[in-house]
Amino acid sequence: MNLVELQKILLAAGRTNVPGDQVPYAFEKRITALLASRVAAENMNLWVRGLWRAAVSCLAITLLLGAWAAFNPTTAVTTADDLSQNLENTLLASVDQSDQVQ
Amino acid sequence: MERTEAELIAAVLKGDAASFEPLVQKYSPRVFATCRRYARRESEVEDIAQEVWLKAFSKLPGFRGEAPFEHWLMRMTVRTCYDFLRGHQRNRESSFSELSEPESDWLDRFVTQPETLTDHADAAKLLIGRVMDKLSPPARLVITLLEIEDRSVKEIAELTGWSVPLVKVRAFRARGEMRKILAKMAREKYL
Repeated sequence: MNLVELQKILLAAGRTNVPGDQVPYAFEKRITALLASRVAAENMNLWVRGLWRAAVSCLAITLLLGAWAAFNPTTAVTTADDLSQNLENTLLASVDQSDQVQ
Repeated sequence: MERTEAELIAAVLKGDAASFEPLVQKYSPRVFATCRRYARRESEVEDIAQEVWLKAFSKLPGFRGEAPFEHWLMRMTVRTCYDFLRGHQRNRESSFSELSEPESDWLDRFVTQPETLTDHADAAKLLIGRVMDKLSPPARLVITLLEIEDRSVKEIAELTGWSVPLVKVRAFRARGEMRKILAKMAREKYL
């Protein structure tokens, strides 16, 4: 079999076989709808990504401050400077006052 | 008043996705015709065309307007079709023993009475489709563009993103690959 000739004839047949250019009904509407949903999803992704970054940053800051508070010897807590004690006193001041009145 | 292509593109880039619709409507016939060269099933053709338009939308900010939009889109279409071929290589595994009767008759006539072949062009079209399905993705792409669509090497280089020497090398290899497939087909049929 003459393969070169066969190849030539088949390629010539391929050249005459022009594919159709018909487009499915409302194809452009489908693409527009897909794009709209994609844009919405992308916006949502932006928010999600931003919030995740913020959460990670907050966690890192918390860990750093926690480590600093735990290991820094200069911040040894005295009763007078105890922030948590002061906060508690302030918050419970009204309760203490009412106890004293009684 | 109908908006120009440049106006539509500018509107899309400003965030008006609906302005993309006239572009899809205008160029889809060309996109579909190109996709049908590389995929047989209509569902696959639709998937590729959809992929082309989604890519075109997401990459539109990179369109500088130096070349016509159509050229830019066709480059994207050809490259998406090539990706499709690379992703569907398993189709090449089938053998030639499944040749249909018209295809088999056409081959017999080629061997015995080559002068009568013109009467059976449909069988030849089926046969070339079958041979193309068996080519490797780069070979199929380059044979389609060079031999079937009759494009120049330079055009193919622009469409595919390959260099001109690479197109030439791949075209040489593709012709050899095609001849090997034809030889295999002849062996399976006549031996």
